[in-house]
Amino acid sequence: MKVLVPIKRVVDYNVKVRPKSDGSDADLANLKMSINPFCEIAVEEAVRLREKGAVTEIVAVSIGMQQSQEQLRTALALGADRAILISTDLAVEPLAIAKCLKALMDSEKPDIVLLGKQAIDGDNNQTGQMLGAFTGYAQGTFASELTLEDGRAVVKREVDGGLQTVSLELPAIVTSDLRLNEPRYASLPNIMKAKRKPLDTMTPEELGVDVSPRTQLINVRLPAERVAGIIVEDVATLVDKLKNEAKVIS
Amino acid sequence: MSILVVAEHDNSELKSATLNSVTAAQVLGGDIDILVAGCDCGSVAEQAAMVAGIGRVIVADNAALKHALAENVAPLIAELGGTYTHVLATATSNAKNILPRAAALMDVQAISDISAIIDADTFERPVYAGSMIATVKSLDQTKVVTVRGTAFDAAANTGGSGVVTSIESVHDLGNSTFVGEEVAKSDRPELTAANIVVSGGRALGSEEQFAMIYQLADHMGAAVGASRAAVDAGYAPNDMQVGQTGKIVAPDLYIAVGISGAIQHLAGMKDSKVIVAINKDEEAPIFSVADYGLVADLFVALPDLEAAL
Repeated sequence: MKVLVPIKRVVDYNVKVRPKSDGSDADLANLKMSINPFCEIAVEEAVRLREKGAVTEIVAVSIGMQQSQEQLRTALALGADRAILISTDLAVEPLAIAKCLKALMDSEKPDIVLLGKQAIDGDNNQTGQMLGAFTGYAQGTFASELTLEDGRAVVKREVDGGLQTVSLELPAIVTSDLRLNEPRYASLPNIMKAKRKPLDTMTPEELGVDVSPRTQLINVRLPAERVAGIIVEDVATLVDKLKNEAKVIS
Repeated sequence: MSILVVAEHDNSELKSATLNSVTAAQVLGGDIDILVAGCDCGSVAEQAAMVAGIGRVIVADNAALKHALAENVAPLIAELGGTYTHVLATATSNAKNILPRAAALMDVQAISDISAIIDADTFERPVYAGSMIATVKSLDQTKVVTVRGTAFDAAANTGGSGVVTSIESVHDLGNSTFVGEEVAKSDRPELTAANIVVSGGRALGSEEQFAMIYQLADHMGAAVGASRAAVDAGYAPNDMQVGQTGKIVAPDLYIAVGISGAIQHLAGMKDSKVIVAINKDEEAPIFSVADYGLVADLFVALPDLEAAL
């Protein structure tokens, strides 16, 4: 069984991002970039499936600029067998990413696509669902547990009311939530080994996909800052303030 | 303009989340229809027809829609959506699951989680865990949009006289089946709609001690939230997580207990009207957004607070 794991290069989750001085976009100059945390969880899940013997090949793919090779190498160090970069300098939207992935799947023919539920930069939470539309495959989004049995993927999903379980015919699309697993750290020998694993590059044009944007980013700005309030001395003062100053309790 | 609002419901009750999208639709202006896709969902359609300002209620009622599986609901939305200028749904886990799939079927780049409407094509939405607000213009003919519930008040659910019509087409991809669900039953208010939220973090230390949060919440008639750390540690269930990838809340009063205040958590609660932070670490980032901070051991402060209220 073959797993395709699409990943994204994003600003590291510990980094505070600010707008560029002209407000045209986020200022990412000289910031630490990483593999999107949800994508890392997807890679880890694929590796665990292989360790259980359910999966034989893991292919990592990223759509983005050349530097995304760094994150593909991270995926290879975590256990992916080979990687593909679909190279473009455009800021590719989820719709176009899903189209690229669909085109790639026509030749790669994976049994499962495991990807992060959202990227922590755009916070869109769309790509997996859109890939479901283009392939017609079943989707198990926001997965906190994934089991393969009898040719189906059983996915426990984190939903507003609690947990929901669905059973999906394969091939299927599964998007990872935070509690699917806790990713391992890549060991030094595996990082070294990853450098020799195959990493192919292609372009959206070669896949026959038009990635021109459907939205226009007008600007980005900081949200209205909350002004820090006061430190109260004790519980009695707190209750008094809530009752008589903020008037949020009676 | 003509707007289709996708209803959030459980086949018997129209959820109030739907009403936030109706308000967003009213901001856009134009004719507003509501789609109720479900199974034996006639009572939902009746409730939807009562929503103020609604034109039509379109009901798709068949077994394939019983569990709101995205595989079956998305083609229905895509079938109807093309005749509208906008398709809206409040960004619940359901809508986040279904709407992008519907958008892709329509060849539309969806706009997620909008917090404001600038004009018919242009929206504001938080990005980078709410560190910034992006203004985005959609170039697609039909806009497919999820709406941040806390950014739009609920529309009135009475006084309307929508015309209920049925749609017969059935989409059943047959490749996904509902197995079951574990839904917590609780008499507490719903987290995303509560006036008061009491949230607990890692400092609670155990599932047993997290019960102190429930106790205070019940005393105040509040909903219960949790930080990611508390959920990851197993102190609280996943549906209580407040933050970038969990629930977004904006109550009148948010009480953060033993929560340090990572940016990912702040993303889910910083639009609350009044924020109280109780933490024994005076350097905790949560204090930078709190209106009232109490530097104290929560195990001492919580019982005192409960007694004083």
